[in-house]
Amino acid sequence: MTVQEFWDYLIPGIALGALYAVIAIGYTMVYGVLQLINFAHSEVFMVGGFAVLMVFTKIDFNDPSVGMSVLLVLLGFATAGFAGAGTAFALEKVAYRPLRKRNAPRLAFLISAIGASFLLSNLAGKLFGRNNHSLTIPFENKKVFTVMNAQVTVLQVLIVCSAVIMMIGLDLLVNRTKMGAGIRAVAQDAETAGLMGVDIDKVISRTFIVGGLLGGIAGFLFAMNSSVGYTMGFFPGITAFAAAVVGGIGNVRGAMLGGLLLGLVESFSSPLFGEEWRYVSAFVVLILVLMFRPTGILGERLGRTA
Amino acid sequence: MSTIETPEVNGLTQPAAAKPPVTPLLELHEMHVYYGAIQALKGINVTVGEGEIVTLLGANGAGKTTTLRTISGLLSPRSGEVRLNGERIDGIPPHHVVALGIGQSPEGRRVFPRMTVLENLQMGAYRFKSVPKAELERVYELFPRLHERRSQQAGTLSGGEQQMLAIGRALMGRPRVLLLDEPSMGLAPLIVAQIFSIIKEINAQGTTVLLVEQNAAQALKLSDRAYVLETGSVMMSGTAGELLADPRVREAYLGEGAGA
Repeated sequence: MTVQEFWDYLIPGIALGALYAVIAIGYTMVYGVLQLINFAHSEVFMVGGFAVLMVFTKIDFNDPSVGMSVLLVLLGFATAGFAGAGTAFALEKVAYRPLRKRNAPRLAFLISAIGASFLLSNLAGKLFGRNNHSLTIPFENKKVFTVMNAQVTVLQVLIVCSAVIMMIGLDLLVNRTKMGAGIRAVAQDAETAGLMGVDIDKVISRTFIVGGLLGGIAGFLFAMNSSVGYTMGFFPGITAFAAAVVGGIGNVRGAMLGGLLLGLVESFSSPLFGEEWRYVSAFVVLILVLMFRPTGILGERLGRTA
Repeated sequence: MSTIETPEVNGLTQPAAAKPPVTPLLELHEMHVYYGAIQALKGINVTVGEGEIVTLLGANGAGKTTTLRTISGLLSPRSGEVRLNGERIDGIPPHHVVALGIGQSPEGRRVFPRMTVLENLQMGAYRFKSVPKAELERVYELFPRLHERRSQQAGTLSGGEQQMLAIGRALMGRPRVLLLDEPSMGLAPLIVAQIFSIIKEINAQGTTVLLVEQNAAQALKLSDRAYVLETGSVMMSGTAGELLADPRVREAYLGEGAGA
């Protein structure tokens, strides 16, 4: 790999990693409060893409002005965030809460998660067709600046900036607010959190809403970079899940770190090993990390503390 | 004042028939609790008067923790009632029970290990809009050690400190009744004495205490009254003095050999 290639692949790697990080937060937060891998989170991500597609096809924009572009991007965020949050909220109510109320075994949750994932994905395929739809980017995706001769586009800047803002916001929410304290308490010991006056059902709902909001917005950003389709959630979803595990499942900062790491690994694997290794690399890293540090990079525990 | 419990003559008589020593604040009436098909509590009657310290004694598996968990709403009785100030509270979810003024320091302390001492105390006041300063000061006065360690992760505290934190955290919710589940468990005798004297002080400041203990001798010295649970039923009850003098209690719970 030449020095130029390094820079050429670094920038898309960072953008991809930022997206994986944002998606991974949704997996890790839900795992924190429910000890459940929400496999349908990839479809929350997909819903974000489709929601913006629906809105954008209704609006006729050709060569929008700068002000118009900003408005459209904000509209995209709002639409995707709302759709993602709503889907995640409904998902918890329909697919997980009834099982929780019946004290169902762990396996039932997992099956329900996979079932919900297939259902949502194929429902989108039925409604929107099984081909890919391209999402019109509401701005001219030109080069903004170059880093060591490597181009950085408007979309890449948008992805990285919005991901950073979301991650900072989320970190503050979890660590500095009362709502965040409730989420952390439920994650550490749900029953005792209840004894402190925390409404566990409410905390779980809010966790899904926050994770869904981030996942939906990530879907919108991802769709501008590639396209919208009923299977678009699968690969980013499974990679972000791997990122959450690499970082230490249940640990929000770990998910951010894991996402960035896997985005970079994926991007660099194509010049280093060839394009065909692109989708293998992230999972090689997952296996290597788990071999040497089963709790993930920032993970502290696997079981519950007494 | 109170007597060794007279068995309920007739379930249909007025529940107020048994005369409690002071105004009853917390009452368990004919409470039956099950874990699936297994019956853990077989119709127990317990009364805790305003301002009292009442202890539940009993061996492992007697149903002491189950009793506290049911009061806090973590379990629902299959039949019978839990009453606070005369109002039924059974079947209410735990976060509402706390808001009614029942705080619990659970078995095994259960502090939030990856939160600081201060954050744990703040969690105890979760039901309030903002953390009440007076409560925090009171807890720090009772447990100066918690003030010293306020920015330390709770998981790194010693067992005694974690117990202090668990009690302090429960006090942060400004409970009228404080439920303490085996606060002496696994602690050195010196720490146990310290914790028990603080429990006495908390009670003197006006908080009613329902204590679960295996450490019968020390618990009885501290209590006004006590109940002895055996396999889910109340076998005996009376003032602490009466139970301390009872040969069966002395033999089974105070570690005195069957001398006779």
